[in-house]
Amino acid sequence: MKTMNNAVIETRPQFVLERSDFNRLIEILHEKGYQVLGPRLRDGAIVYDELESGGDLPAGWTDEQDGGTYRLKKRNDEAIFGYAVGPHSWKKFLHPPQVRLWKARRKDLKIEVAQEEQPVSKKAFIGVRSCELHAIAIQDRVFLQGPYQDPFYKLRRQNAFIVAVNCGQAGGTCFCVSMRTGPKVTDGFDLSLTEVLEDVRHYFVVESGTELGAEVLAALPHNAANEKEKTSAEEVVKNTAAHMGRAMDITDIKGLLYRNYEHPRWENVAARCLTCGNCTMVCPTCFCMTVEDTTDLEGEHAERWQKWDSCFTTDFSYIHGGSVRSTAKARYRQWMTHKLATWIDQFGISGCVGCGRCITWCPVGIDLTEETAAIRGSEAPGRKEDPHGNGNT
Amino acid sequence: MTHPMVPRLWWITRRRRETHDTFTVELKPSNGSSEFRFAPGQFNMLYIWGAGEVAISISGDPNAPGSLIHTIRSVGAVTRLMQKLKSGDEVGVRGPFGSCWPIEQAVSGDVIFVAGGVGLAPLRPAIYHVLAQRKRYQRVVLLYGTRAPADILYARELERWRARFDAQVRVTVDHAAGGWMGSVGVVTHLIARARFDPARTTAMICGPEVMMRFTAMELEKRGVPAKNMHISMERNMKCALGLCGHCQYGPSFICKDGPVFSYERLKPLLAIREV
Ligand code: SF4
Ligand code: SF4
Repeated sequence: MKTMNNAVIETRPQFVLERSDFNRLIEILHEKGYQVLGPRLRDGAIVYDELESGGDLPAGWTDEQDGGTYRLKKRNDEAIFGYAVGPHSWKKFLHPPQVRLWKARRKDLKIEVAQEEQPVSKKAFIGVRSCELHAIAIQDRVFLQGPYQDPFYKLRRQNAFIVAVNCGQAGGTCFCVSMRTGPKVTDGFDLSLTEVLEDVRHYFVVESGTELGAEVLAALPHNAANEKEKTSAEEVVKNTAAHMGRAMDITDIKGLLYRNYEHPRWENVAARCLTCGNCTMVCPTCFCMTVEDTTDLEGEHAERWQKWDSCFTTDFSYIHGGSVRSTAKARYRQWMTHKLATWIDQFGISGCVGCGRCITWCPVGIDLTEETAAIRGSEAPGRKEDPHGNGNT
Repeated sequence: MTHPMVPRLWWITRRRRETHDTFTVELKPSNGSSEFRFAPGQFNMLYIWGAGEVAISISGDPNAPGSLIHTIRSVGAVTRLMQKLKSGDEVGVRGPFGSCWPIEQAVSGDVIFVAGGVGLAPLRPAIYHVLAQRKRYQRVVLLYGTRAPADILYARELERWRARFDAQVRVTVDHAAGGWMGSVGVVTHLIARARFDPARTTAMICGPEVMMRFTAMELEKRGVPAKNMHISMERNMKCALGLCGHCQYGPSFICKDGPVFSYERLKPLLAIREV
């Protein structure tokens, strides 16, 4: 496991892996006992799922994304990472949608609780984008750095091998440049790749971020990268950075939202929001969950599960016969204010990495970059008081 | 490593009815061992077989850790089932969690407790503590308001406290039929008649959110500084570990930053609806 830090990034040695040798990477990871997970085509989208071989990767495909729209398209080359992020994130493996926490038996009114045994399964993630590495680092803060840790998350995290990819193309809803989370991968990976497509040659510039990464790289046919190859790789990321689909002004974003709990824009967005919760499900940092306790019909066995939950349900804030956030306005405000403002006070970092998923997968195309801009553009002049008294970021 | 969602088992040694919908249970650890140390104001997650878990404040004496005491009002699906608990039954306990009442900060000054309804239960450990160490505090005031005479919680204890010469204890009800000779009206009305030195008073307030807000506003009018007032917040809570996200209140998590907060910190948020 490697966590993100703010230390100075030293330049790592770069190597070249030819496309024709790429599929070996997946074979080696299989040989090392990893379940290999990565992008593949399924139901009209590029999702993260098990890869049997390199042949499962969506070679030659790309996506077109906009508010409420996602469409697959053929590329005119054979790039295997030539698309942006899809509806899935690595959250589904590190913080799965449902986890059983324990089972219990009751006999003669005596209860016995047995903690769930966590099978140690090694998972390799292929094609983790920079925004996603940041999202993983954010969930690390939530699950591993508070007063209580989630030991199951820790186990899954420790057993993950991360192959990162520098994005070769920005999606229509991407804004990682604004959030300072991409597109260049800087830290938190075992191996990182930049895919370079030239007229006659298709190769990857590779760096290793950990000893384990170096070990895997050593088992692959590779050469030291020459200056030209390094420059080509650098150009790929620069070009991506210059073509972000969206942008968000994050200047004093915390203060802005803290001052504007009562902004009329919340009513405006509430009139459009279906409170379906899609945005929370696709978001790679949203971590909220509920706890369910069940028993069998005989009442002899009980189980406890944790399951993803969404702040868009009325149940989420239900207490003493009512929901605290009964209106769509209150729920959308909670979600966006959490992502962009309160998260900073809670975890010392923004809860948004600019991946754009919530924009693409919102059925009505609600776009938080637009919503924040609307609030910023029409802040009532008198409304400068911050209810938390600490609006300055 | 034990997952922090795994409860320890305790069995009920006593169960007492308090009012028509409120009851108190006393618990001992099933494995016979340990004491239960907690700070006044903290809470536990109580699990009832198969049905679920709820956050319940600890309402026993912090200086008598041999048993664990919870007063529960049956208002939801889980607490309604808990009402059927009887001695000998086992429950799961996780805790103690959260922040506590400022009993040390209050030393050498006046202390005012203001409770509404079942809000007296989370305050009781602090009241026990202050009365046990009475000499360390100046004036002690307890103001309690509830719906009707039949809803008065810990009535016998209130009578005992009221009989003391070193505490001002007043009880009021929202409405009463004949036979009630005490005061009628909201608890904030009792503040005017209480004697305390506002500038050096620590207030600990617990009850429904509106009641806490109006009480704090009233005390502020009397001159009690906002930073000396503390309130105990309640929100939906699933884990008590800061991991489930349910109990967020602006930037705070009620479970780990609260439940007891300084009024000064929450005052601006309390004025906004549906946060
Ligand atoms: S809030 Fe939206 S853009 Fe930000 S990380 Fe979550 S899904 Fe991505
Ligand atoms: S913002 Fe969009 S995705 Fe999120 S709850 Fe509202 S309608 Fe659903």
